[in-house]
Amino acid sequence: MTAFLSDSLFFGALITIACYALGMFLKGRFKLAILNPILIGVILVIGILTATGVSYDSYMKSAEKISYFLTPATVCLALPLYDKLALLKKSWKAVIIGLIAGVLTSLLCILLLCLAMKLPKEIYATLLPKSITSAIGMDVSVELGGVGSLTVASIILSGIFGSISAEWVFKLARVHSPIAKGLAIGASSHAIGTAKAVEMGKTEGAMSSLALVVCGLLTVVLAPIFYGFL
Amino acid sequence: MKYICQLGIILGVSFAGEVLARVLPLPIPASVWGLVVMLALLILRVIKPEHIRDTAEYLISIMPLLFVPPTVGLMQSWGLLRDNWLSFLIAVTVITAIVMAVTGLVAQRVEGGREE
Repeated sequence: MTAFLSDSLFFGALITIACYALGMFLKGRFKLAILNPILIGVILVIGILTATGVSYDSYMKSAEKISYFLTPATVCLALPLYDKLALLKKSWKAVIIGLIAGVLTSLLCILLLCLAMKLPKEIYATLLPKSITSAIGMDVSVELGGVGSLTVASIILSGIFGSISAEWVFKLARVHSPIAKGLAIGASSHAIGTAKAVEMGKTEGAMSSLALVVCGLLTVVLAPIFYGFL
Repeated sequence: MKYICQLGIILGVSFAGEVLARVLPLPIPASVWGLVVMLALLILRVIKPEHIRDTAEYLISIMPLLFVPPTVGLMQSWGLLRDNWLSFLIAVTVITAIVMAVTGLVAQRVEGGREE
C-alpha cells in the first residue's frame, strides 16, 4: 500500500487539492481567519503522509506538478501592480516612504531578534522575508540559505496574525487614514492581510495589494544586505 | 487557443526571468526577475493587459494552493521549528504588529504633511 502510494503519479497532487479544497470549505463555512486554507491543507497533508507512511520526497514527485506554476503565477503579479500604477502615482510619497520604513523595520526587528536569541544564520535567512508574500519570500529565503518551508509557514502565520490584530493595532497606534491602513496591512501581512484590507474598504484593499508587491521587491534588494549584518 | 497564447506569453516571461537569474550575479530569484520583466513589458505596451489577463488572474487566484506542497516540507524541518519556537512566535506576532504600526504611522504622517 505504502509502496504503491509512494510511486503513484496522482496521489500527492490529489491529496493536495482535496485538503486545500476542504480548507476552503471550512473557511467559507466558519469565516475565521485562523482557518486559512493553506494552513489547513498543509496540516491535513502532513497527517495523511504520516498515516500512510509516504515520505515527503515521494509526495513531492507528484505534488511538484502543482507547484510548477508558482513562478508563472508570481510573474503574473505584475498585472495587478500595473493596474494600480495610477494609484501609486497619486500618493507615491506616502507609499514609498511608508513602505521603505515598513520593510526596514521588519528586517531590523528580525536582526535584533536573532542577535538577542543568538539564532543561527540559517534561521536568520529563514525569517528575514517573513512579512512579504510567500511567492517572493520563499525564493529570497532559499537564495540566502534559509529553509523555504519554514519561511512559508512563518509568512502564513504572520498574515493570519496581522489580519486578526489589524483593527486593534490601528486603534492603539492611532492610524486613521485609509491609505496608511492599507499600506500597513500589505507591508506586514501581505496577501492574507490584503483579504482583510479589502473588507475594510476599496482604498485599503488597493493600497494593501500595492504594498505587498512593492514590499516584496524592496525586500529582495534589502534582505541580502541585512543578511550580511549578522 | 486564447488561453494557450496567454500561457505561452507568461511562460516566455518566466523563462526570461530564469535566464536573468542565471546570468546576473545577484541573489534575486527567477520569479522576481520575471515579475519585473512583465511589468516593464506592460509599461512599454509591448504586452497589453488583455494579452494575459484571464490566465494571469486564474493563476493568481489559485496561488495559495500552489504553496501547499513546498510548505508540507515543514515535515522535514520540524526539529528546527521545535528548537526555535519562541523566536518564531515573536517574529510572527510582535514583529508583525510593530511593522504594521510603523508603516501606518509613517505613511499617515507623510500623507498628512502633504494635505495640511
